Amino acid sequence: MKQAEFLNTVLPLKDKVFRLAKRLLVSTDEAEDATQELYFKLWKNKKKLGEYKNVEAFAMTMTKNYCLDQLKAKRSNNLKLVHSNYADDTISLQRELELKDSVSKVHQLIEKLPAKQKMIIQLRDVENYEYDEIGKILDLQPTAVRVALSRARKTIREQLIKQHNYGIK
Amino acid sequence: MELNSIEKLLEKYENAETSLKEEALLKDYFSNNTVPTHLQEYKLIFNYFSESKTEQFTKTIPLKRKTSKVWWLSIAASIALVFSVYFMNDAGFDKITPSEQQEAALAFKETQKAFQLISKNLNKGENIAMSGLSEFEKAQNKVFKK
Repeated sequence: MKQAEFLNTVLPLKDKVFRLAKRLLVSTDEAEDATQELYFKLWKNKKKLGEYKNVEAFAMTMTKNYCLDQLKAKRSNNLKLVHSNYADDTISLQRELELKDSVSKVHQLIEKLPAKQKMIIQLRDVENYEYDEIGKILDLQPTAVRVALSRARKTIREQLIKQHNYGIK
Repeated sequence: MELNSIEKLLEKYENAETSLKEEALLKDYFSNNTVPTHLQEYKLIFNYFSESKTEQFTKTIPLKRKTSKVWWLSIAASIALVFSVYFMNDAGFDKITPSEQQEAALAFKETQKAFQLISKNLNKGENIAMSGLSEFEKAQNKVFKK
């Protein structure tokens, strides 16, 4: 794979890689470091990249493995800050606060999910991958992906309802 | 879209049976319409997903590391070292004049003399020590009455 090809096929994935890394590593700084590290690795192995049929799936798998390794190393244990800087200047302040509050609620609920469900939610609901693509990335059967996804979606909604009705019922 | 079909889609969504198109429909519905209260949670969820997708990686991606510069420096330094040793050999050590050789031989003799002097004195000291030792043995025999 040459430089031009690399820039056209691998570089546009940087946002997806970053978002998956952030989903797993939580902190923005950690995710940025991870993305830089991953791109350095991809660039070093650019000759081999041409051999893969699905470069995107390969890059995402690499991201997953790298982030899980980072988590295992417990290097990032002391960085549990939640960043929710969703910039949007079109809506009014109160509306923004409201939105931020509810949006970060969902964020927190996803954070509590197991790593596998987190990744599947990220890949399906945020990045809109097909089931068999997710299966390839995470090395799972598509049916297993569906089961975990369904479980994650149900958990998020149930928890939201629980929080919403807290003190009422 | 009618509320009825949305509810059906949501049930499919929870069972992870929706296609990407249907999910896009849901996302669209919850971002635009006013949503009935019993579906308010879904609005939060889908809004969160659309918001998450807008997040971007803003830092630059360095594809080459600083280590490459250090690598070149180390090679340059080793080449300089080899050359300097080579030229020093050429300039200084190969040309020894006869007078210098004589001087060196003289110095060698002098040091040999000095070493011999030291070794003689050392031998003397050793002999004295040995005789002292035999005296001690005599005394020991007297004490233990062998």
